[in-house]
Amino acid sequence: MFKILKAEQLSANVYMKVVHAPRVAKSCEPGQFIIVKVDETAERIPLTICDYDREAGTITIVFQPIGVSTHKMVDLKEGDFFEDFVGPLGKPSELVTDDLEEVQKKKVVFIAGGVGTAPVYPQAKWLHDHGIECDIIVGARTKDLLILEDEMSKVGNLHLCTDDGSYGFHGVGTAMLEKLVSEGHHYDLCVAIGPMIMMKFACLTTKKLGIPTIVSMNPIMVDGTGMCGACRVLVGDEVKFACVDGPEFDGHLIDFDQAMKRAAMYKTEEGRRLLAYQEGDTHHGGCGNCGGDK
Amino acid sequence: MGDVLKKVPVREQDPKVRATNFDEVCLGYNKDEAVEEAQRCINCKNAKCMEGCPVQIHIPDFIKEVKEGNFEAAYQVISKSSALPAICGRVCPQESQCEGRCIRGIKGEPVSIGKLERFVADWAREQGIKPEASVEKNGKKVAVIGSGPAGLTCAGDLAKLGYDVTIFEALHKAGGVLVYGIPEFRLPKDGVVLPEVENVKALGVKIETDVIIGKSVTIDELMEEEGFDAVFIGSGAGLPKFMGIPGETACGVFSANEYLTRNNLMKAFDPKYDTPIAIGKKVAVVGGGNVAMDAARTALRLGAEVHIVYRRSEEELPARVEEVHHAKEEGIIFDLLTNPTEILVGEDGWVNGIRCIRMELGEPDASGRRRPVEIPGSEFDIEVDTVIMSLGTSPNPLISSTTKGLETNRRKCIVASEDVGATSKEGVFAGGDAVTGAATVILAMGAGKDAARGIHEYLSK
Repeated sequence: MFKILKAEQLSANVYMKVVHAPRVAKSCEPGQFIIVKVDETAERIPLTICDYDREAGTITIVFQPIGVSTHKMVDLKEGDFFEDFVGPLGKPSELVTDDLEEVQKKKVVFIAGGVGTAPVYPQAKWLHDHGIECDIIVGARTKDLLILEDEMSKVGNLHLCTDDGSYGFHGVGTAMLEKLVSEGHHYDLCVAIGPMIMMKFACLTTKKLGIPTIVSMNPIMVDGTGMCGACRVLVGDEVKFACVDGPEFDGHLIDFDQAMKRAAMYKTEEGRRLLAYQEGDTHHGGCGNCGGDK
Repeated sequence: MGDVLKKVPVREQDPKVRATNFDEVCLGYNKDEAVEEAQRCINCKNAKCMEGCPVQIHIPDFIKEVKEGNFEAAYQVISKSSALPAICGRVCPQESQCEGRCIRGIKGEPVSIGKLERFVADWAREQGIKPEASVEKNGKKVAVIGSGPAGLTCAGDLAKLGYDVTIFEALHKAGGVLVYGIPEFRLPKDGVVLPEVENVKALGVKIETDVIIGKSVTIDELMEEEGFDAVFIGSGAGLPKFMGIPGETACGVFSANEYLTRNNLMKAFDPKYDTPIAIGKKVAVVGGGNVAMDAARTALRLGAEVHIVYRRSEEELPARVEEVHHAKEEGIIFDLLTNPTEILVGEDGWVNGIRCIRMELGEPDASGRRRPVEIPGSEFDIEVDTVIMSLGTSPNPLISSTTKGLETNRRKCIVASEDVGATSKEGVFAGGDAVTGAATVILAMGAGKDAARGIHEYLSK
């Protein structure tokens, strides 16, 4: 059992929990993820680590509820427990494992989208702690969905943008990047993390701009240790397991269209189970209204 | 009494009924049937059956007790050698081990040793009889990595010798392949596996789940910082193989590991659980081993029409005869001498078929089985919406890549001595699929047992 020490709602649809998991906190690095399981009947949910405190033995996770299990997570309060919390999984970010002198020479820009802001934070923080300055673009649909503004502003040059112009730059993150580049900024590396569709377009833009780009993939997973192969992603001509070979890959080599299709594989079934969870046992399929049985 | 040359038949769920549920297929012997079957054992002085048992259960001794109705005594005989008899009685390939050597089998059918073992273990569980716990603690700490058959056996044996044993399990439930791999209808989880794990815990073994050795903590840290005097690696064969043919990353293509884990560990078949699973209408399972049979029979129970696609002929199927027989009874269709060349994918990204080529058998290859050869121009398509790849697994490099001085071979298996599983690193032993590549439950148990002996010798020096 893993105790929740702090539980907060960060925006309309994004939640944060600080969890006591000393083994994970002792050994994790930026870029890695954990798997959390609420209770006996819940799914195993992979989440990239947002922050860690080795002394306190805590891990911070940030998530957006989608299926039944993540909705159950929302309901947990400070003092409650996760039944299971395992990690760290996957490889640390190359920024952390590469030769420090080489990394120090690089000018890095992060593009974070929505809940993807969370996994960007520990990387930017790590650079900041090692005296490396970076630019951070955080984008969201609208002002109320922006998260971690204070934290981010402490670890890099923050550029906020909203699709509807309600706050910061009016436009998407990639438009912000193009603006920065046109103003004379030069970048050796871009790290883009967010919804699959956002990472796809970020990569199209950085390819055009000639900026090498790393993305963090968040496909469907079961065990997270290489055992099931559910997280297969096409990277160039190669099939990789995001859980053990990633989760970070060269974004210019990823087949995003396929990754998006795979990510949507259980959408109908998950939606049906969520409705059953929220409204009781009323959704059996077959009425023809939602088209889920097609 | 029936025909003495034949086994007392074991009751099974009707194939038509069981094809729609996840309850156990085989119902096992009752008392009378067990005693009657035990009468068939002629109590050989040179018991060949024991030579065939990887954990050397004193088979004639326990059967003699069954014969006389002393089931508790029979259980104590078995539990001296095996920590998991209810499991072994169900999933051991007895036909090639104990029963394969049985003298009765020369003329007629061998004694049904597996079903007798199962009866004794089930009876003991129902009576609440536990294996006898150890003497006194010797104060030495041993870490066991993985709670599958190798780890549970090694831990149980060491605990009986007085060691302070902790098992580290990466998943959220103990049992390894017994929990994530083998389906409920062959090996009930709450009914059989959980009680046997509890028996191992009753011997004093601690189990820490949610710890991934090599990630959460390394073997070096366990030994240097957490005070473990020796380590046993029984981490299994984790990584699923794929064919490397076009279309394998399409939606609707699964490894057998994923499909079975969703259904067994994560209980997707039970609507109370949140786990989704793709219930295909028509499923192709590629491969012919026990895991392929398990995946096929699982898909069938979830409501699909299921085809086994295997490149050799029925004779070469690596699965146990009993499993193939059960699969056929339940209505699995066998497309033999057939090999997939491409997975056909629709515009929506989902599988809509599998292109195959017909095969014929040529000369025997290194494995002794006749090599399948493609018949040119014989390609044809099978319309399916789900493909499950069951082509075997290879060891997970998580541990070997994070442990200093641990030698592996070409196949990424950990190198360990044959007698006691000693690795190239002092104080570290290994056994089971992590060493041999994918094999059976009982071979892993045998390796766990040997390593327990090796660790005891090493720590007694």
